[in-house]
Amino acid sequence: MAIDQDTVMKVAHLARLHVSSEQGPALASRLSDILNMVDELANANVDQIAPLAHPLDVSQPLRADVAEPADLRDRVLPLAAASEGSCFLVPRVIE
Amino acid sequence: MNLHHHTLTELKAMLDRGEVSARELTDYFLARIERLDGDLNSFVTVTADQARTEADAADALRSKGKTGLLNGLPIAHKDIFCTNGVRTSCGSRMLDNFISPYDATVVEKMRAAGAVMLGKTNMDEFAMGSSNETSFYGPVKNPWDLSRVPGGSSGGSAAAVAARLAPAATGTDTGGSIRQPAALTGITGLKPTYGTVSRWGMIAFASSLDQAGPMAQSAADCALLLQSMVGHDDKDSTSLNRPADNYLADLDKPLTGLTVGLPEEFFPASLDGRIAELTRETARELERQGARVVSVSLPSVKLSVPAYYVIAPAEASSNLSRFDGVRYGYRCQNPVDLMDLYKRSRSEGFGDEVQRRILVGTYALSHGYYDAYYLRAQKVRRLISDDFARAFEKADVILGPTSPEVAFPLGAKKDDPVTMYMADVFTIAVNLAGLPALSMPAGMIDGLPAGVQLVGNYFREGQILNVAHRYQQATDWHRQAPAFGGEQ
Repeated sequence: MAIDQDTVMKVAHLARLHVSSEQGPALASRLSDILNMVDELANANVDQIAPLAHPLDVSQPLRADVAEPADLRDRVLPLAAASEGSCFLVPRVIE
Repeated sequence: MNLHHHTLTELKAMLDRGEVSARELTDYFLARIERLDGDLNSFVTVTADQARTEADAADALRSKGKTGLLNGLPIAHKDIFCTNGVRTSCGSRMLDNFISPYDATVVEKMRAAGAVMLGKTNMDEFAMGSSNETSFYGPVKNPWDLSRVPGGSSGGSAAAVAARLAPAATGTDTGGSIRQPAALTGITGLKPTYGTVSRWGMIAFASSLDQAGPMAQSAADCALLLQSMVGHDDKDSTSLNRPADNYLADLDKPLTGLTVGLPEEFFPASLDGRIAELTRETARELERQGARVVSVSLPSVKLSVPAYYVIAPAEASSNLSRFDGVRYGYRCQNPVDLMDLYKRSRSEGFGDEVQRRILVGTYALSHGYYDAYYLRAQKVRRLISDDFARAFEKADVILGPTSPEVAFPLGAKKDDPVTMYMADVFTIAVNLAGLPALSMPAGMIDGLPAGVQLVGNYFREGQILNVAHRYQQATDWHRQAPAFGGEQ
């Protein structure tokens, strides 16, 4: 299925990506190429076929709901572009 | 001493016999990287000081009579594996400044087995690519012809092993990212059964498909490496909990009684006749060793590329949502508000191909399209898995080409994503089914290596390694090395 520039802009917003209006048409064309290739799936007869999410059809193992000390803060905070005390800093959200 | 053409298995024996020390081996390969990698670009980071410290520790342990499976053997890790205190970039500007605060389980296990890390290898950004051209650090060159790609996404690992800059390396394979570059560079690489190797600390692309595995000169080397990588890990909820296999025990087992399946769908009319012929010649060699060759059919495999390009981008769009410019990774300059911070950090931090896949995945999962794309692709995935199950009723292993072509020129497909995606046409179905498969060199075409793929049933890594090892005992394609770098 071909997608137009408006749809690309909507999806880009959902994906939190900045797409300029100059990039829009070329991107719409590339994404349409990919979606046209993917449309071959429509030819498959999948009536009565159950979806396969895990290749081995195994369920997720459960473990005890026990808190384990992580002690990561001092190693993780320095990775942020901006932090203060024990917090990550971002632009003001509440006016 | 000329050490670089020795396989990992041979280097291990030399270490055991005291003919070389871990420190000498490490210095030798570090010197080769220093001298030759400028032309290849296979490493993003070389950890020379750390490697020498680890090598000295391995020698000290050996002097006390303590040796792990990989004790003192130098290896390289794909830069997708987190390494404590060492940059882990995943080939992306997004993580160019990311110094991991922990080790991936694969890294931890291989270090515990005594491996010495030479450095981190270049790769397609977030493992998305089949040519290693999407890396933020520039393309990797193929040592057989520097104007050609090494394949991807584990292109740095493949080129480094093929050029003998490292005896072995780790890779990851989501749709062929170990096997296709192995084929294009003339080395052996194995993708294990999904869930066999822990994904903890391996930066996620498509979680239901990603699997780590070894890349080396021979099947025996891959067996040695795999033995050190596998095992249940509580930190990965998809890690399987089953008794350990011994991949080294059956390497020499004769092939008498083995049934090899050739799927007709892996030999389309459009396939390069020379690749088809060398694949059939591989089957004839296995027959000479006592195997029986039968025809099998995988009718739904033709839908594997479209199914993959829904499932993998959908999972990637979710996995890559964690890169938001807040906690780690790239942050844009002077964001005006939080939304601007998110959007510009992501669009400036991710390259074009990664952004395309995030957009395709977001679209496929969005309201109104979920059933038509994602759900349908998951159903097709079942058809593909069922095809393999039927084929394995007739055959023990399945043989086909790894890649529809040999290494292509740099830039040839860079601007045409759909053509690039077809590079993995023979490898992707294996990931969708979660099966183990390896690629091994099986001939040369116009001076470039070509590979064949052996697919095994679930948990039969030992069997495909056995078949590949027997093949490599009777042939010398895996011993061919590029002239790159000269003899010294």
